[in-house]
Amino acid sequence: MRTEIRVNGVDHAVDVDTRTSLLDFLREHLDLKGSKKGCDHGQCGACTVLVNGVRINACLSLAVMHDGDHVTTIEGLASGEALHPLQQAFLTEDAFQCGYCTPGQICSAVGLMAEIAAGQPSEATADLNAKVVLTDAEIRERMSGNLCRCSAYPQILAAVRRAAGAAA
Amino acid sequence: MKPFAFERARNVDHALSLAAAAPGARFLAGGTNLLDLMKLEIEQPDTLIDVGRLPLADISETAGGGLRIGALATNSVVASDPRIRSRYPVLARAILSGASVQLRNKASMGGNLMQRTRCSYFMDPAMPCNKRLPGSGCSAMGGLSQATALFGASEFCAAVSASDMSVALAVLDAEVETVRADGSVRRRPVETLHRLPGDAPQVDTDLAPDELILAVELPPPPSGGQVWRKVRARASYIGALASVAVAGDRVALGAVAARPWRARATEAALAGGAAPSEAAEAELASASGEVGRKSLVRRLASDAIQESRKGGRS
Repeated sequence: MRTEIRVNGVDHAVDVDTRTSLLDFLREHLDLKGSKKGCDHGQCGACTVLVNGVRINACLSLAVMHDGDHVTTIEGLASGEALHPLQQAFLTEDAFQCGYCTPGQICSAVGLMAEIAAGQPSEATADLNAKVVLTDAEIRERMSGNLCRCSAYPQILAAVRRAAGAAA
Repeated sequence: MKPFAFERARNVDHALSLAAAAPGARFLAGGTNLLDLMKLEIEQPDTLIDVGRLPLADISETAGGGLRIGALATNSVVASDPRIRSRYPVLARAILSGASVQLRNKASMGGNLMQRTRCSYFMDPAMPCNKRLPGSGCSAMGGLSQATALFGASEFCAAVSASDMSVALAVLDAEVETVRADGSVRRRPVETLHRLPGDAPQVDTDLAPDELILAVELPPPPSGGQVWRKVRARASYIGALASVAVAGDRVALGAVAARPWRARATEAALAGGAAPSEAAEAELASASGEVGRKSLVRRLASDAIQESRKGGRS
Protein backbone atom coordinates (compact mmCIF):
# COMPACT_ATOMS: atom_id res chain seq x y z
CA MET A 1 0.00 0.00 0.00
CA ARG A 2 1.28 3.43 -0.99
CA THR A 3 2.66 5.25 2.05
CA GLU A 4 4.69 8.43 2.45
CA ILE A 5 6.85 8.74 5.58
CA ARG A 6 9.56 11.21 6.52
CA VAL A 7 12.30 9.46 8.52
CA ASN A 8 15.10 11.48 10.09
CA GLY A 9 14.33 14.36 7.73
CA VAL A 10 14.31 12.27 4.54
CA ASP A 11 11.05 11.70 2.64
CA HIS A 12 10.22 8.17 1.51
CA ALA A 13 7.34 7.23 -0.81
CA VAL A 14 7.02 3.46 -0.71
CA ASP A 15 4.67 0.61 -1.48
CA VAL A 16 4.61 -1.69 1.57
CA ASP A 17 2.80 -4.90 2.50
CA THR A 18 0.03 -3.91 4.95
CA ARG A 19 1.46 -6.34 7.54
CA THR A 20 4.81 -4.52 7.75
CA SER A 21 5.38 -3.08 11.23
CA LEU A 22 6.90 0.37 11.47
CA LEU A 23 9.89 -1.32 13.10
CA ASP A 24 10.40 -3.78 10.22
CA PHE A 25 9.93 -0.93 7.73
CA LEU A 26 12.72 1.07 9.41
CA ARG A 27 15.07 -1.89 9.75
CA GLU A 28 14.44 -3.96 6.62
CA HIS A 29 13.28 -1.38 4.06
CA LEU A 30 15.35 1.66 5.08
CA ASP A 31 18.26 -0.32 6.57
CA LEU A 32 18.09 1.73 9.78
CA LYS A 33 19.16 -1.05 12.15
CA GLY A 34 19.51 1.12 15.24
CA SER A 35 15.92 0.50 16.39
CA LYS A 36 15.95 -3.02 17.84
CA LYS A 37 13.47 -5.88 17.87
CA GLY A 38 13.40 -7.33 21.36
CA CYS A 39 10.03 -8.85 22.25
CA ASP A 40 8.07 -7.56 19.21
CA HIS A 41 5.03 -7.22 21.53
CA GLY A 42 5.43 -3.79 23.14
CA GLN A 43 6.80 -5.18 26.37
CA CYS A 44 10.53 -4.34 26.22
CA GLY A 45 10.81 -0.90 24.59
CA ALA A 46 13.88 -1.74 22.45
CA CYS A 47 11.98 -0.52 19.35
CA THR A 48 11.08 2.90 20.80
CA VAL A 49 11.11 5.70 18.19
CA LEU A 50 9.64 9.20 18.05
CA VAL A 51 6.64 9.81 15.78
CA ASN A 52 5.89 13.52 15.37
CA GLY A 53 8.02 13.99 18.49
CA VAL A 54 6.12 11.45 20.63
CA ARG A 55 7.69 8.16 21.77
CA ILE A 56 5.93 4.93 20.74
CA ASN A 57 6.72 1.23 20.31
CA ALA A 58 7.51 0.84 16.59
CA CYS A 59 6.76 -2.90 16.81
CA LEU A 60 3.09 -2.31 17.68
CA SER A 61 2.41 -0.03 14.73
CA LEU A 62 1.99 -0.68 11.03
CA ALA A 63 3.99 1.32 8.48
CA VAL A 64 0.74 2.03 6.59
CA MET A 65 -0.65 3.77 9.70
CA HIS A 66 2.07 6.43 9.40
CA ASP A 67 1.27 8.04 6.05
CA GLY A 68 2.41 11.66 6.37
CA ASP A 69 4.16 11.18 9.73
CA HIS A 70 7.63 12.34 10.74
CA VAL A 71 9.66 9.58 12.40
CA THR A 72 12.90 10.06 14.31
CA THR A 73 15.11 7.07 15.13
CA ILE A 74 18.39 6.84 17.05
CA GLU A 75 20.19 7.51 13.73
CA GLY A 76 18.47 10.92 13.50
CA LEU A 77 19.32 12.35 16.91
CA ALA A 78 22.88 13.59 16.41
CA SER A 79 23.68 16.79 14.51
CA GLY A 80 26.56 15.72 12.27
CA GLU A 81 29.40 14.74 14.59
CA ALA A 82 27.75 16.41 17.61
CA LEU A 83 25.93 13.81 19.69
CA HIS A 84 22.50 14.50 21.15
CA PRO A 85 22.90 15.44 24.86
CA LEU A 86 21.25 12.15 25.86
CA GLN A 87 23.63 10.12 23.68
CA GLN A 88 26.55 11.93 25.32
CA ALA A 89 25.06 11.41 28.80
CA PHE A 90 24.73 7.65 28.18
CA LEU A 91 28.44 7.57 27.25
CA THR A 92 29.50 9.72 30.19
CA GLU A 93 27.56 7.62 32.69
CA ASP A 94 28.45 4.26 31.05
CA ALA A 95 24.71 3.56 30.86
CA PHE A 96 24.84 0.28 28.93
CA GLN A 97 26.63 -3.03 28.77
CA CYS A 98 25.60 -5.05 25.70
CA GLY A 99 23.94 -1.99 24.15
CA TYR A 100 20.96 -3.79 22.58
CA CYS A 101 18.33 -1.79 24.48
CA THR A 102 20.28 1.49 24.27
CA PRO A 103 18.75 3.04 21.10
CA GLY A 104 15.29 2.48 22.55
CA GLN A 105 16.37 3.79 25.95
CA ILE A 106 17.77 6.98 24.42
CA CYS A 107 14.77 7.62 22.14
CA SER A 108 12.51 6.96 25.12
CA ALA A 109 14.46 9.45 27.25
CA VAL A 110 14.22 12.07 24.48
CA GLY A 111 10.44 11.61 24.57
CA LEU A 112 10.52 11.81 28.37
CA MET A 113 12.26 15.20 28.27
CA ALA A 114 9.56 16.57 25.93
CA GLU A 115 6.82 15.20 28.20
CA ILE A 116 8.39 16.88 31.22
CA ALA A 117 8.67 20.16 29.30
CA ALA A 118 4.96 19.84 28.46
CA GLY A 119 4.11 19.27 32.14
CA GLN A 120 2.69 15.76 31.71
CA PRO A 121 2.23 13.85 35.00
CA SER A 122 3.14 10.23 35.75
CA GLU A 123 2.09 7.68 38.33
CA ALA A 124 5.00 8.92 40.48
CA THR A 125 3.70 12.51 40.50
CA ALA A 126 2.59 13.28 44.07
CA ASP A 127 0.39 16.27 43.25
CA LEU A 128 -1.39 16.13 39.87
CA ASN A 129 -2.08 19.88 39.98
CA ALA A 130 1.46 21.05 40.76
CA LYS A 131 4.42 21.55 38.42
CA VAL A 132 6.13 18.23 37.68
CA VAL A 133 9.56 17.91 39.32
CA LEU A 134 11.85 15.32 37.72
CA THR A 135 12.86 13.26 40.77
CA ASP A 136 14.63 9.89 40.51
CA ALA A 137 11.28 8.21 41.22
CA GLU A 138 9.75 10.11 38.28
CA ILE A 139 12.58 9.03 35.95
CA ARG A 140 12.30 5.38 37.01
CA GLU A 141 8.51 5.33 36.51
CA ARG A 142 8.67 7.14 33.16
CA MET A 143 11.39 4.80 31.86
CA SER A 144 9.59 1.63 33.01
CA GLY A 145 8.59 0.81 29.43
CA ASN A 146 12.26 0.12 28.57
CA LEU A 147 13.84 -3.05 29.92
CA CYS A 148 17.62 -3.57 30.25
CA ARG A 149 18.54 -7.21 30.75
CA CYS A 150 22.13 -6.22 31.65
CA SER A 151 20.44 -4.22 34.40
CA ALA A 152 22.28 -0.94 33.82
CA TYR A 153 19.36 0.84 35.45
CA PRO A 154 21.40 2.91 37.97
CA GLN A 155 23.58 4.26 35.14
CA ILE A 156 20.58 4.87 32.85
CA LEU A 157 18.93 6.80 35.69
CA ALA A 158 22.13 8.85 36.12
CA ALA A 159 22.33 9.57 32.39
CA VAL A 160 18.75 10.81 32.17
CA ARG A 161 19.24 12.85 35.35
CA ARG A 162 22.42 14.38 33.87
CA ALA A 163 20.76 15.31 30.56
CA ALA A 164 17.64 16.62 32.28
CA GLY A 165 19.73 18.68 34.70
CA ALA A 166 21.63 20.21 31.82
CA ALA A 167 18.37 21.08 30.06
CA ALA A 168 16.68 22.57 33.16
CA MET B 1 0.22 -12.32 10.84
CA LYS B 2 -2.55 -13.27 8.40
CA PRO B 3 -2.92 -11.05 5.31
CA PHE B 4 -5.56 -8.32 5.52
CA ALA B 5 -6.87 -5.37 3.53
CA PHE B 6 -6.17 -1.91 4.95
CA GLU B 7 -8.58 0.99 4.50
CA ARG B 8 -7.89 4.59 5.53
CA ALA B 9 -11.19 6.08 6.69
CA ARG B 10 -11.64 9.64 5.37
CA ASN B 11 -14.47 10.51 7.77
CA VAL B 12 -16.88 8.81 10.17
CA ASP B 13 -19.45 8.03 7.47
CA HIS B 14 -16.74 6.49 5.30
CA ALA B 15 -15.54 4.35 8.23
CA LEU B 16 -19.08 3.14 8.92
CA SER B 17 -19.83 2.30 5.27
CA LEU B 18 -16.56 0.37 5.05
CA ALA B 19 -17.53 -1.58 8.19
CA ALA B 20 -21.02 -2.31 6.87
CA ALA B 21 -19.54 -3.63 3.62
CA ALA B 22 -16.94 -5.90 5.30
CA PRO B 23 -18.41 -8.04 8.09
CA GLY B 24 -14.98 -9.40 9.07
CA ALA B 25 -13.45 -5.93 9.47
CA ARG B 26 -12.14 -4.34 12.64
CA PHE B 27 -11.67 -0.66 13.41
CA LEU B 28 -8.03 0.25 14.10
CA ALA B 29 -7.01 3.25 16.24
CA GLY B 30 -3.71 3.03 18.16
CA GLY B 31 -3.45 -0.69 17.54
CA THR B 32 -1.55 -1.48 20.72
CA ASN B 33 -3.80 -4.43 21.63
CA LEU B 34 -5.26 -5.45 18.25
CA LEU B 35 -1.91 -5.64 16.41
CA ASP B 36 -0.36 -7.54 19.32
CA LEU B 37 -3.15 -10.13 19.08
CA MET B 38 -2.90 -10.25 15.27
CA LYS B 39 0.80 -11.13 15.54
CA LEU B 40 -0.21 -14.10 17.70
CA GLU B 41 -3.02 -14.86 15.19
CA ILE B 42 -5.49 -14.71 18.06
CA GLU B 43 -7.20 -11.95 16.07
CA GLN B 44 -7.50 -12.58 12.31
CA PRO B 45 -9.53 -9.74 10.77
CA ASP B 46 -9.66 -9.75 6.97
CA THR B 47 -9.90 -5.94 6.86
CA LEU B 48 -8.57 -3.17 9.10
CA ILE B 49 -10.36 0.17 8.93
CA ASP B 50 -7.89 2.81 10.12
CA VAL B 51 -9.92 5.41 12.02
CA GLY B 52 -6.83 6.93 13.63
CA ARG B 53 -6.97 10.18 11.63
CA LEU B 54 -10.66 10.95 12.20
CA PRO B 55 -11.35 14.24 14.03
CA LEU B 56 -12.48 12.58 17.28
CA ALA B 57 -9.69 13.58 19.67
CA ASP B 58 -11.10 16.73 21.30
CA ILE B 59 -11.86 17.08 25.00
CA SER B 60 -14.61 19.63 25.59
CA GLU B 61 -16.95 20.92 28.31
CA THR B 62 -20.55 19.69 28.20
CA ALA B 63 -23.62 21.83 28.87
CA GLY B 64 -24.25 19.77 32.00
CA GLY B 65 -20.92 20.67 33.56
CA GLY B 66 -19.08 17.50 32.61
CA LEU B 67 -16.48 16.66 29.99
CA ARG B 68 -16.78 14.97 26.61
CA ILE B 69 -13.66 13.04 25.64
CA GLY B 70 -13.31 12.12 21.97
CA ALA B 71 -12.73 8.43 21.26
CA LEU B 72 -9.34 9.14 19.69
CA ALA B 73 -7.87 11.23 22.51
CA THR B 74 -4.79 9.29 23.55
CA ASN B 75 -4.51 7.93 27.07
CA SER B 76 -1.54 10.30 27.65
CA VAL B 77 -3.47 13.36 26.51
CA VAL B 78 -6.46 12.51 28.70
CA ALA B 79 -4.35 11.89 31.82
CA SER B 80 -2.44 15.15 31.19
CA ASP B 81 -5.48 17.38 30.63
CA PRO B 82 -5.69 19.95 33.45
CA ARG B 83 -9.49 19.54 33.67
CA ILE B 84 -9.17 15.77 34.13
CA ARG B 85 -6.36 16.20 36.68
CA SER B 86 -8.25 18.71 38.80
CA ARG B 87 -11.86 17.44 38.53
CA TYR B 88 -11.45 13.72 37.82
CA PRO B 89 -8.12 12.76 39.47
CA VAL B 90 -9.27 9.15 39.89
CA LEU B 91 -9.37 8.88 36.08
CA ALA B 92 -5.95 10.48 35.59
CA ARG B 93 -4.45 8.19 38.25
CA ALA B 94 -6.06 5.05 36.80
CA ILE B 95 -4.77 5.80 33.30
CA LEU B 96 -1.27 6.63 34.55
CA SER B 97 -1.08 3.29 36.39
CA GLY B 98 -1.66 1.34 33.18
CA ALA B 99 0.85 0.11 30.57
CA SER B 100 3.94 2.23 29.71
CA VAL B 101 4.28 5.80 28.43
CA GLN B 102 5.00 4.48 24.91
CA LEU B 103 1.72 2.54 24.91
CA ARG B 104 -0.32 5.33 26.53
CA ASN B 105 0.99 7.74 23.88
CA LYS B 106 -0.61 5.56 21.20
CA ALA B 107 -3.57 3.92 22.91
CA SER B 108 -6.86 5.78 22.46
CA MET B 109 -9.88 6.28 24.68
CA GLY B 110 -12.04 4.00 22.54
CA GLY B 111 -9.26 1.49 21.98
CA ASN B 112 -8.57 1.16 25.69
CA LEU B 113 -12.23 0.21 26.18
CA MET B 114 -12.14 -2.21 23.24
CA GLN B 115 -8.98 -4.09 24.30
CA ARG B 116 -9.78 -7.77 24.62
CA THR B 117 -10.91 -9.15 27.93
CA ARG B 118 -8.28 -11.78 28.62
CA CYS B 119 -6.25 -14.05 30.86
CA SER B 120 -2.84 -15.64 30.33
CA TYR B 121 -4.41 -18.71 28.66
CA PHE B 122 -6.21 -16.53 26.12
CA MET B 123 -2.78 -15.19 25.15
CA ASP B 124 -1.29 -18.71 24.74
CA PRO B 125 -2.48 -20.35 21.48
CA ALA B 126 -1.09 -23.69 22.66
CA MET B 127 -3.70 -23.93 25.42
CA PRO B 128 -7.48 -24.53 25.27
CA CYS B 129 -9.52 -21.34 25.71
CA ASN B 130 -13.25 -20.89 25.11
CA LYS B 131 -12.77 -17.18 24.47
CA ARG B 132 -10.15 -17.72 21.77
CA LEU B 133 -11.59 -20.98 20.35
CA PRO B 134 -15.21 -21.55 21.49
CA GLY B 135 -15.79 -25.07 22.78
CA SER B 136 -12.11 -25.87 23.35
CA GLY B 137 -12.38 -25.64 27.14
CA CYS B 138 -11.13 -23.28 29.84
CA SER B 139 -7.56 -23.71 31.04
CA ALA B 140 -8.03 -21.10 33.78
CA MET B 141 -10.40 -23.35 35.74
CA GLY B 142 -8.00 -24.94 38.19
CA GLY B 143 -5.12 -23.33 36.29
CA LEU B 144 -2.37 -20.93 37.29
CA SER B 145 -3.91 -17.59 36.31
CA GLN B 146 -3.38 -15.02 39.04
CA ALA B 147 -6.12 -12.62 38.02
CA THR B 148 -9.32 -14.50 37.27
CA ALA B 149 -12.84 -13.21 37.81
CA LEU B 150 -14.28 -13.10 41.31
CA PHE B 151 -17.62 -11.84 40.02
CA GLY B 152 -19.77 -12.78 37.04
CA ALA B 153 -17.66 -15.70 35.74
CA SER B 154 -19.28 -18.70 34.07
CA GLU B 155 -18.21 -22.33 33.75
CA PHE B 156 -16.83 -21.34 30.34
CA CYS B 157 -14.64 -18.35 31.18
CA ALA B 158 -13.18 -16.40 34.09
CA ALA B 159 -11.18 -13.76 32.15
CA VAL B 160 -11.13 -10.18 33.44
CA SER B 161 -11.13 -6.73 31.87
CA ALA B 162 -7.55 -5.47 31.74
CA SER B 163 -8.54 -1.80 31.51
CA ASP B 164 -7.61 0.27 34.57
CA MET B 165 -9.16 3.32 32.90
CA SER B 166 -12.60 1.70 32.65
CA VAL B 167 -12.75 1.16 36.43
CA ALA B 168 -12.42 4.90 37.00
CA LEU B 169 -14.93 5.64 34.22
CA ALA B 170 -17.43 3.25 35.83
CA VAL B 171 -17.12 4.90 39.24
CA LEU B 172 -17.63 8.31 37.59
CA ASP B 173 -20.87 7.10 35.86
CA ALA B 174 -19.32 7.78 32.43
CA GLU B 175 -21.26 6.93 29.27
CA VAL B 176 -20.03 5.68 25.90
CA GLU B 177 -21.52 7.23 22.76
CA THR B 178 -21.51 5.12 19.60
CA VAL B 179 -22.82 5.36 16.05
CA ARG B 180 -23.74 2.65 13.54
CA ALA B 181 -23.80 2.56 9.75
CA ASP B 182 -27.57 3.21 9.75
CA GLY B 183 -26.87 6.51 11.54
CA SER B 184 -28.28 5.43 14.89
CA VAL B 185 -26.50 6.98 17.87
CA ARG B 186 -26.61 5.18 21.19
CA ARG B 187 -25.37 5.84 24.70
CA ARG B 188 -24.69 3.22 27.33
CA PRO B 189 -22.93 3.32 30.69
CA VAL B 190 -19.26 2.26 30.54
CA GLU B 191 -20.20 -0.16 33.30
CA THR B 192 -22.36 -2.23 30.94
CA LEU B 193 -20.37 -1.90 27.70
CA HIS B 194 -18.82 -5.30 28.37
CA ARG B 195 -20.99 -8.37 28.71
CA LEU B 196 -20.44 -11.15 31.21
CA PRO B 197 -19.12 -14.36 29.60
CA GLY B 198 -22.12 -16.68 30.01
CA ASP B 199 -21.95 -19.40 27.37
CA ALA B 200 -20.41 -17.05 24.73
CA PRO B 201 -17.13 -15.77 26.21
CA GLN B 202 -15.79 -15.04 22.71
CA VAL B 203 -18.02 -11.92 22.62
CA ASP B 204 -16.53 -9.19 24.83
CA THR B 205 -18.99 -6.32 24.38
CA ASP B 206 -22.52 -5.77 23.13
CA LEU B 207 -21.33 -3.47 20.32
CA ALA B 208 -22.41 -4.43 16.79
CA PRO B 209 -19.59 -5.05 14.26
CA ASP B 210 -20.38 -1.75 12.51
CA GLU B 211 -20.68 0.23 15.77
CA LEU B 212 -17.97 2.88 16.30
CA ILE B 213 -17.24 4.63 19.61
CA LEU B 214 -17.40 8.41 19.13
CA ALA B 215 -16.80 9.70 22.65
CA VAL B 216 -16.96 9.08 26.37
CA GLU B 217 -18.94 11.57 28.44
CA LEU B 218 -18.26 12.30 32.08
CA PRO B 219 -21.03 13.85 34.18
CA PRO B 220 -19.92 16.45 36.76
CA PRO B 221 -17.75 14.77 39.41
CA PRO B 222 -19.59 13.61 42.55
CA SER B 223 -18.82 15.45 45.78
CA GLY B 224 -16.31 13.76 48.05
CA GLY B 225 -12.80 12.40 47.72
CA GLN B 226 -11.52 10.40 44.75
CA VAL B 227 -9.06 7.56 45.22
CA TRP B 228 -7.36 5.07 42.88
CA ARG B 229 -5.47 2.04 44.19
CA LYS B 230 -3.88 -0.77 42.15
CA VAL B 231 -2.05 -3.84 43.41
CA ARG B 232 0.30 -5.73 41.10
CA ALA B 233 3.28 -8.04 40.97
CA ARG B 234 5.91 -5.31 40.40
CA ALA B 235 6.22 -1.55 40.83
CA SER B 236 5.20 -0.53 37.30
CA TYR B 237 4.10 -1.67 33.86
CA ILE B 238 2.08 -4.81 34.63
CA GLY B 239 -1.62 -5.57 34.89
CA ALA B 240 -3.53 -5.41 38.15
CA LEU B 241 -4.08 -8.28 40.56
CA ALA B 242 -6.86 -6.04 41.85
CA SER B 243 -7.73 -2.36 41.74
CA VAL B 244 -10.32 -0.07 43.28
CA ALA B 245 -11.69 3.34 42.36
CA VAL B 246 -13.64 5.46 44.82
CA ALA B 247 -15.47 8.70 44.00
CA GLY B 248 -17.58 10.14 46.78
CA ASP B 249 -19.88 7.34 47.94
CA ARG B 250 -19.34 5.19 44.84
CA VAL B 251 -16.95 2.23 44.62
CA ALA B 252 -15.76 0.20 41.60
CA LEU B 253 -13.43 -2.80 41.56
CA GLY B 254 -11.00 -3.69 38.75
CA ALA B 255 -9.44 -6.94 37.47
CA VAL B 256 -12.17 -8.94 39.23
CA ALA B 257 -14.74 -9.37 36.41
CA ALA B 258 -15.16 -9.23 32.65
CA ARG B 259 -16.33 -5.63 33.13
CA PRO B 260 -15.38 -2.85 35.54
CA TRP B 261 -17.31 -3.95 38.62
CA ARG B 262 -19.44 -1.39 40.46
CA ALA B 263 -19.60 -2.61 44.07
CA ARG B 264 -23.32 -1.92 44.59
CA ALA B 265 -23.53 -3.99 47.77
CA THR B 266 -20.64 -1.98 49.20
CA GLU B 267 -22.28 1.29 48.19
CA ALA B 268 -25.59 0.23 49.77
CA ALA B 269 -23.84 -0.81 52.98
CA LEU B 270 -22.01 2.53 53.16
CA ALA B 271 -25.31 4.36 52.63
CA GLY B 272 -26.70 2.35 55.53
CA GLY B 273 -23.91 3.50 57.80
CA ALA B 274 -21.64 0.43 57.66
CA ALA B 275 -17.93 0.79 58.38
CA PRO B 276 -15.64 0.63 55.30
CA SER B 277 -14.41 -2.88 56.14
CA GLU B 278 -17.97 -4.17 56.60
CA ALA B 279 -19.08 -2.47 53.40
CA ALA B 280 -16.23 -4.06 51.46
CA GLU B 281 -17.13 -7.45 52.91
CA ALA B 282 -20.73 -7.01 51.77
CA GLU B 283 -19.60 -7.13 48.10
CA LEU B 284 -17.20 -10.03 48.62
CA ALA B 285 -20.01 -12.16 50.05
CA SER B 286 -21.11 -12.95 46.49
CA ALA B 287 -17.58 -13.52 45.13
CA SER B 288 -16.19 -16.83 43.88
CA GLY B 289 -12.49 -17.67 43.72
CA GLU B 290 -9.67 -18.19 46.16
CA VAL B 291 -9.64 -16.81 49.68
CA GLY B 292 -6.37 -14.90 49.37
CA ARG B 293 -7.43 -12.79 46.45
CA LYS B 294 -10.82 -12.05 48.00
CA SER B 295 -9.02 -10.92 51.13
CA LEU B 296 -6.78 -8.67 49.02
CA VAL B 297 -9.78 -7.04 47.32
CA ARG B 298 -11.62 -6.59 50.62
CA ARG B 299 -8.68 -4.87 52.32
CA LEU B 300 -7.87 -2.76 49.24
CA ALA B 301 -11.46 -1.51 48.98
CA SER B 302 -11.67 -0.81 52.70
CA ASP B 303 -8.43 1.19 52.67
CA ALA B 304 -9.48 3.19 49.60
CA ILE B 305 -12.86 4.09 51.12
CA GLN B 306 -11.16 5.28 54.29
CA GLU B 307 -8.66 7.32 52.28
CA SER B 308 -11.46 8.92 50.25
CA ARG B 309 -13.12 10.09 53.46
CA LYS B 310 -9.96 12.00 54.28
CA GLY B 311 -10.38 13.84 50.98
CA GLY B 312 -8.48 11.45 48.75
CA ARG B 313 -5.36 12.47 46.92
CA SER B 314 -5.18 14.76 43.94
